Amino acid sequence: MPTAIARSTFAMNHPPSVLASAAVAGKKEGEGPMAQWFDEIQNDTTFGEKTWEKAESRFQQRACQLALKKAKIQPEQVKLLLAGDLLNQCISSSYGVKELMIPFFGLYGACSTMTEALSLAALLGDNGVIDPILAVTSSHFCSAERQFRYPLEYGGQRPPTAQWTATASGAALVGKGCKPPYLKAVTVGTIQDLGVHDINNMGAAMAPAAAATLLTYFQDTGTQPHQYDGIFTGDLGQVGTKLLYQLLARQQVSVTPMHRDCGCLIFDLKSQDVHAGGSGCGCAASIGCGYLMRQLELGKLHNVLFLATGALMSTVSCQQGCSIPCISHLVYLSTDPTPVFQGGGR
Amino acid sequence: MKLTPREYDAMIQKTVPSTKSRRTIPAAFLVGGLICVLGQGLTDLYKLFLAQQEASTLASVTLVFLSALTTGLGLYPKLAKFAGAGTLVPITGFANAVTSPALEFKSEGFVLGLGAKLFTLSGPVIVYGVAASVIYGILYYFTGIGG
Repeated sequence: MPTAIARSTFAMNHPPSVLASAAVAGKKEGEGPMAQWFDEIQNDTTFGEKTWEKAESRFQQRACQLALKKAKIQPEQVKLLLAGDLLNQCISSSYGVKELMIPFFGLYGACSTMTEALSLAALLGDNGVIDPILAVTSSHFCSAERQFRYPLEYGGQRPPTAQWTATASGAALVGKGCKPPYLKAVTVGTIQDLGVHDINNMGAAMAPAAAATLLTYFQDTGTQPHQYDGIFTGDLGQVGTKLLYQLLARQQVSVTPMHRDCGCLIFDLKSQDVHAGGSGCGCAASIGCGYLMRQLELGKLHNVLFLATGALMSTVSCQQGCSIPCISHLVYLSTDPTPVFQGGGR
Repeated sequence: MKLTPREYDAMIQKTVPSTKSRRTIPAAFLVGGLICVLGQGLTDLYKLFLAQQEASTLASVTLVFLSALTTGLGLYPKLAKFAGAGTLVPITGFANAVTSPALEFKSEGFVLGLGAKLFTLSGPVIVYGVAASVIYGILYYFTGIGG
C-alpha cells in the first residue's frame, strides 16, 4: 500500500514498474524532432477512417496494442485500463479500447490525463491486487479543433500564444516487475485558477497548476529540484514555460537546468509553425511514453518528475465567460526501485 | 502561491509575445485590397455585357464562388493565415465562414450536421446584420437621414 507522506503526496512501498510503453504519432509530429522516439508514425492522420473521432480512437487502440506487444502480454491478462481524452464524454477512449475487453475506468483530466492515469496506476498498482494496469490517452488535432475552436477550413489567424494540438497517443503498462522505470511517488494536483480567460493562451492558464503541484511535491518530500535529472511538464509551451519559471522564482525555486516541456519538445517551434508549441493529451502521452520512458530505460535519465498539465474548461464554460480551471498531477519516475521518502526524507 | 489574478495577468502581459503588427497589417491591407481589385475587375468585365447593378451582383457571386471553391481545395485558409482580416472582411470571408462548417460537419449527416451547423460562424453576422438594417430602416423612415 502507498504511504501518505502528506495530504496529496504518496510514496509507493513496492514501486510498480512501467513494464512497457508505446507512442504513436501523426504526420506532423513524425516530421518533428522527436520522430525517432515514436514507436509508430501514422502518415495518414485519418487512419483510414471516415471521421476524425474514429481516427483518434484508432491512435489510442494502436498505442495499447503496441505497449501490450512489447510487454508480451495479452489484453485478457490486463486487470484494469485507465483511459481518457479531450473529446466530449471521452469517446476516443471508449471506442478506441472497447475491443480490448479490459475492465475500464474512463478519466477526464484534459491534457493532464497521462499523469492522472499513471498516478492512479501507481496508487492502485502498489497494493499488488490490480496488476498490471494499462494507462492510455490520446489527442487529435482535427477532432480537437472542431470541438473547441473552428472548422479546419475556416480562414483565421492564430495568435502567437496559441498551441497546436498534437495528433498522438501514448500507452504505458504498469505492474509488478524488475524493469526500470519505477513509479515511486505521486502528487495529486489541486485545481488552480488564476483568472485566465483566453482559450488561445493555455500555457498561461496551466502554468500556475504546474507550479503549485511542483511546489507541493518539493515541500512534501523535502527534496530540491537539483536532486532530479529531469523535470518534464506536459504542454505549457513557450509562454507557459516562461510563466512557470517566474511563478517558481517567487518561491525561490529554480528548475531551469533540468526542466523540459513536452509541448516545446514535440515540434520544432521555428520551422513547424505551431506558435507557442504543442498541446493535447497526446503531447505529454507520446513524449512521456516515447522519449522519456526510453531515456529512463536506457539509463540516460535516472530520477524524473513528470507532470502533465490540463485545462479543464469546456466550450460552454468559455462562452459563459468563466475563467479556465487547470490541474497538474505529478509522478516521480526512477531507475532505482528502492522505496523512498519513508519518514519524509529521501 | 499568493498571487492575485490581477498580478498574474500583469505577469502574463509582460511575457506573451505580441502579434507582429508590422507584418500582419500590411499583409491584411495588401490581400484585402487585391480581393477588392479583383471584384472591381470582374464588375468592369461584366459591365461589357450587363448593366451596372447586374454586373456588381454577378461580381459578388463570382467572388463567393471562388472563395467557396478555394476553401474546399484548402487554399483559402492558407491565404487567410497570411492575410488575417484581409481575407475576413471582404465577402469572400463570409463565404469561407459558411463553406468551412459545411465541409467540417457533414460527417454528422446532411440534416443535423451540415444543415444545422452551416451558419454556426456566419449566423451572428446575419442576425445582427438584419437587426441593424431594420433599425436603420426605421431611422431613415422617420428622419430621412443617410438617404
